[in-house]
Amino acid sequence: MSFSWMAWTLPTAVFFITIFALIAAMGIWEFFSPGGGPRLGILRFETTRGDRLFVSLLGSAFIHLAWLGLGGPSLWWALALSVVYAIGVFRFV
Amino acid sequence: MEKTWNNKAWFLVLPVLVLVAFSAVIPLMTVVNYSVQDTFGNNQFFWAGTDWFVEILTSPRFWDALWRNLVFSAVILAIEVPLGILIALNMPKHGPGVPVCLVLMALPLLIPWNVVGTIWQVFGRVDIGLLGYFLNSLGISYNYTQNTAHAWATVIVMDVWHWTSLVVLLCYAGLVSIPDAYYQAARIDGASRWSVFRHIQLPKMKRVLLIAVLLRFMDSFMIYTEPFVVTGGGPGNSTTFLSIDLVKMAIGQFDLGPAAAMSIIYFLIILLMSWVFYTVMTQSDAEQS
Repeated sequence: MSFSWMAWTLPTAVFFITIFALIAAMGIWEFFSPGGGPRLGILRFETTRGDRLFVSLLGSAFIHLAWLGLGGPSLWWALALSVVYAIGVFRFV
Repeated sequence: MEKTWNNKAWFLVLPVLVLVAFSAVIPLMTVVNYSVQDTFGNNQFFWAGTDWFVEILTSPRFWDALWRNLVFSAVILAIEVPLGILIALNMPKHGPGVPVCLVLMALPLLIPWNVVGTIWQVFGRVDIGLLGYFLNSLGISYNYTQNTAHAWATVIVMDVWHWTSLVVLLCYAGLVSIPDAYYQAARIDGASRWSVFRHIQLPKMKRVLLIAVLLRFMDSFMIYTEPFVVTGGGPGNSTTFLSIDLVKMAIGQFDLGPAAAMSIIYFLIILLMSWVFYTVMTQSDAEQS
């Protein structure tokens, strides 16, 4: 079965493997600590671990887009900023 | 009593996961792959990195289409939501008028999008269309194929005609679910018509209204068929919304890389908006309960 029509590249494969690994890790976390860890953060509404991952990923996507539009094609600083942002989301949201 | 956790239940959602994987995840992954490459067909791809994203994000064409789309969505929400509430409030709650009104309201929703576009395309024509001919005979030089304001007005009126019914039906469902006891209490207190609306009907319609706003925003933000059939995105690019621009880029110009990059940006904007609306809706539910 050929997947050449999907036009895979190594960077996009790594990107998707990372996303799926994050989701799998969340599944394992949920298995050992069920309930999703709901809490009231700075947004003043209840979020679970899954919500925080979603907010982190969505925010990171916009950080990368903003960097591309305003900064330049190199995304290492955007990646670093996204990691800091994700840590912030998991800590405070 | 402590809650029992049984993770075997996850297997029950497996069929849905497989379906979503084939219908959404795999196509989305392919679009991501296309967005970082260039192709001239024949399954040959050349690495382009983030070039297409930079090209789209720095292109006035993309920002103009996005701006037009946001303005269009804001205008139709500003018209359809109050109009939908107004019609729902005035629809009969009892008697033979109920099914008649419901069927009349449901009719525009049953018409396929391309047929709605064709209806309004013909309706607005100055030579054979009833609307175009009538307006011109009144001395108004209406021509949606040449005048930007006329094209916008036609597309907005068409959308209002097609989709206000959805808001009406949702609001009506919210209104008929209000028990009579609320109205009786309001009558005893001598509440005015406005007070009844403000303190009884509007809070009870809040949830369905949020659903209506979410649905109408999503749908208007992704609108393609109706304006494409009526104006083709013109005159010039004045009614070229994001989806029309995307199709022009992907199919008209065969620029699959930039089109894929634009699709991802478009998808992310819709995802963000959906999350905001979903959060507002669920928070509103939590506050009510």
